[in-house]
Amino acid sequence: MHDQLFWFFSIAMLLSGLLVILGRNPVTSAMFLVLSLFFMAGLFVLLEAYFLAIIQILVYAGAVIVLFLFVIMLLDLKTENVRQFKRFGVFGALVVAGALAWKLTSVVSAVLAAAAKPVVGTTEAMGKLLFTQYLLPFEVTSVLLLIAMVGVVVLSRKETK
Amino acid sequence: MEAILIHLIKIACVLGVVLFICAYIVLVERRVCAFIQDRLGPNRVGIPLWIRKDGSAITLGGKWALGQPLVDACKSLLKEDFVPAHVNKLYFWLAPMLAMSPALIVFAVIPFGSKLFGESMILADVNVGILFVFAIASFTVYGIMLAGWSSNSKYPFLGGIRSSAQLISYEICLGLSVIPLFMQVESLKLSEVVTWQSNHLWLICYPWNWLPALIFLASSFAETNRLPFDLPEAEQELAGGYNVEYSSMKFAMFFMAEYTSMIAASALMVTLFLGGWSLPFVPATGGVLVGLAHICIFLAKLFALLFFFIWVRWTLPRFRYDQLMGLGWKVFLPLALLNVLIVAGVIILGWVK
Amino acid sequence: MKLERPKLTLAERLYLPAILSGLALTFSHIFRKKVTLQYPEEKPEIPPGYRGQPVLVKDEEGRVKCVACQLCEFVCPPRAITIKPMEYPENAKYGKVEKIPAEFDIDMLRCIYCGYCEEVCPEQAIFLRGPYSVTGLSRKAMVFNKEKLLELGGTLPDPIKKWQKK
Repeated sequence: MHDQLFWFFSIAMLLSGLLVILGRNPVTSAMFLVLSLFFMAGLFVLLEAYFLAIIQILVYAGAVIVLFLFVIMLLDLKTENVRQFKRFGVFGALVVAGALAWKLTSVVSAVLAAAAKPVVGTTEAMGKLLFTQYLLPFEVTSVLLLIAMVGVVVLSRKETK
Repeated sequence: MEAILIHLIKIACVLGVVLFICAYIVLVERRVCAFIQDRLGPNRVGIPLWIRKDGSAITLGGKWALGQPLVDACKSLLKEDFVPAHVNKLYFWLAPMLAMSPALIVFAVIPFGSKLFGESMILADVNVGILFVFAIASFTVYGIMLAGWSSNSKYPFLGGIRSSAQLISYEICLGLSVIPLFMQVESLKLSEVVTWQSNHLWLICYPWNWLPALIFLASSFAETNRLPFDLPEAEQELAGGYNVEYSSMKFAMFFMAEYTSMIAASALMVTLFLGGWSLPFVPATGGVLVGLAHICIFLAKLFALLFFFIWVRWTLPRFRYDQLMGLGWKVFLPLALLNVLIVAGVIILGWVK
Repeated sequence: MKLERPKLTLAERLYLPAILSGLALTFSHIFRKKVTLQYPEEKPEIPPGYRGQPVLVKDEEGRVKCVACQLCEFVCPPRAITIKPMEYPENAKYGKVEKIPAEFDIDMLRCIYCGYCEEVCPEQAIFLRGPYSVTGLSRKAMVFNKEKLLELGGTLPDPIKKWQKK
């Protein structure tokens, strides 16, 4: 049961991920992104990382993609008719994809070598990890978000003088 | 196998009860709103029991219009299901379903009773209960947004845009306002929240929980698109908002979605603040009678809160859009954050026992 | 123009007292006497001078006031009125009146309640003082004949007894 579900979730996730970039309609792409996030949450559940699964849905599917849709609708993006490939764009994409793949393989091999200990992904365990071992990255991330927020406020403020 | 069967029966019962309440809360709303406006409201249609030879019928509860939901449902089903030519068909169909289903799924994690015949009266006691509720509830916005966008016309679109901004803003307030509760209870499981309240006092009894309760209540009005925050379907401004182009059963789905999410929000509020199925002087464990009593207590609290929802709707006028956003971001959000700090202080001082 | 905004007190700025008093008010309305009229059983009281459908009236002696001059028939914009005049017998009580309507039909499906007939009538025989609810199950039933119009109109006393003076 566990294995079948794993294959179902991963294949479905990859398929909907593909449809995100293949779809011509921006809204359809966004909706498939939601779907793929859902299947990813399913994978997290299989790993017993319930907190992560729920946060995935709550934050990404529930808020971030809604904002995507918001922007898509406000900009009134019409269906793309002609897809233009630019040589530089293709080159850049290949470089980024290669770098990502290289990094991913190294991470995956490292994890496999460490023979993942069973970690129960409860909220308490998650919170303890965040506030002890990963406190610095956690705080740095929040400061980063704060900077982004302040930046947005400054940019959107009207000149009064 | 037997476990699955019991689960299926439980699910069927919960869905049945929720949809039943959903149908009759519409009637209650119409009656209460009529009473508030010094009118009588629907008071004719009874449930038909027997049709005599001459065509007249023996009906039950005609004075209370108990048959009105039946008639309304038949009307919505039999009306012409008109799909305008300019809509995006797929999303036009998808939107009502997306609006309706999250509100129903939320009931999966709400404990509506203690134990009955040794079965715990909750469909799925997940350990991230409240987060699950918020995650699922955040999907309601897709239904409304897609409805607005796929209708491909002005007013629905404006309604959809408004609602997406509104729902996201108030979701944050909603989430932040309940953090103090879980700091006190030390668990995200909704069943444990209720057990904690049955062992201690209800969470609303602690004065530092009054502010979160207020924020939660106001935010759930906003999340369920009820007045005073029903901006997505502001009739006077948007001619009905996101559901302008909908007719027949698809419209009824949106209608039901509003009421179902209202029931869900009330059930959540009862669970979090009003002690769920617990009541002082009613034992927390016991036989079948106590189990049934707990379910009845939960339903009674639920109905009281639903009445409050209706009562507020027919009392307060609609907020202006900038007032709505200002209230959410400039008032509720800082207050909710402040409240997290206050409750943290209270816990450090050891006042919560 | 610059409007001075009134300074609000803390209680006013908190909204809550106002909201609570509003809630109290609406709650008190739940128990008030209802104004709804249960229509088919309870009927509204029609004030005198109510403008309803056109009807024919009789004077206090029970005489049909209409003299079948057909002015209303001509003036009627939707041509709802059809009159067939007939002559009084020579030795009848009102023989000198010459004419009365043999048939007087108003098609209530066509009538637009404009009141021209009332205005044009030289004998003050037709008035818009009929009932407010005009119903029928067929087109034929909606053509009101003389008997029905007279029944609906009833008697309207007339101070000028001009047929007795002659």
